[in-house]
Amino acid sequence: MADARLAASRPLSPHLQVFRFLLTMAMSIVHRMTGGFLYVGTVFVAVWLVAAASGPDWFARVDGVYQSWIGRLILLGLVWSLIHHAIGGVRHFIWDLGYGFDKTTADRMALFNLVAGIVLTGVVAIAAFVFA
Amino acid sequence: MSKSFRFQTSLKHARGFGSGKSGTGHFWQQRVTGVAALLLSLVYVVLLVKLQGDDYGTVMATLGNPFVAVLMLAFLGVSVWHMKIGMQVIIEDYVNQPLLRVLALMANSFFSALVGIASAAALIKITFGA
Repeated sequence: MADARLAASRPLSPHLQVFRFLLTMAMSIVHRMTGGFLYVGTVFVAVWLVAAASGPDWFARVDGVYQSWIGRLILLGLVWSLIHHAIGGVRHFIWDLGYGFDKTTADRMALFNLVAGIVLTGVVAIAAFVFA
Repeated sequence: MSKSFRFQTSLKHARGFGSGKSGTGHFWQQRVTGVAALLLSLVYVVLLVKLQGDDYGTVMATLGNPFVAVLMLAFLGVSVWHMKIGMQVIIEDYVNQPLLRVLALMANSFFSALVGIASAAALIKITFGA
């Protein structure tokens, strides 16, 4: 049956730490991480909506937490996660359509994802400040 | 291996037992919910910017607007499904111990359902009450 020596010599998936640092690789990890943040972040949306539905007292309590500096920081982080993940998703759609696989384009798209994510988060933060 | 005497091709044994057990269905769902979430998240971000800092009455009136409520329900439904199948992939990638994996997958389903149901119930109450 199963040859032990054969099993031992089967190719292993390369581990993360043996890879040279690449922007596309880092952005792949960040895409997954931002997805994870948003997963947890849905709790903030659900709590906010349930509080609003529960009446003004509950809403005021939750709103107070969200308006605190730590609350704002978390929300800003989630806004960045959403925007970064959304642009990352568009990058995936471009690949799905068969474009952008060559090294320079892939690198440019990864850099664009990183920069545009931060810039657009800044725009949203300023807009939220202006329209507050 | 005595299997060579059977009149079954290896396809018979392989069918239904691929790595994902459901072909590209999962992949495709991730794309469709992704496209929907991308469009709806634009509405969501605009709504967030508009509502942040607003008082209770304004928030309730805005969320109670049927157009807003429908778009929010769609956004939350699509996002919850997107994140549920996304987290499933992460668990399948990193959690190798069979029991732990099943428990993690189950917890993922429960968490996603809870978040989705709580948000939907709240939105429906707000929009029907407004």
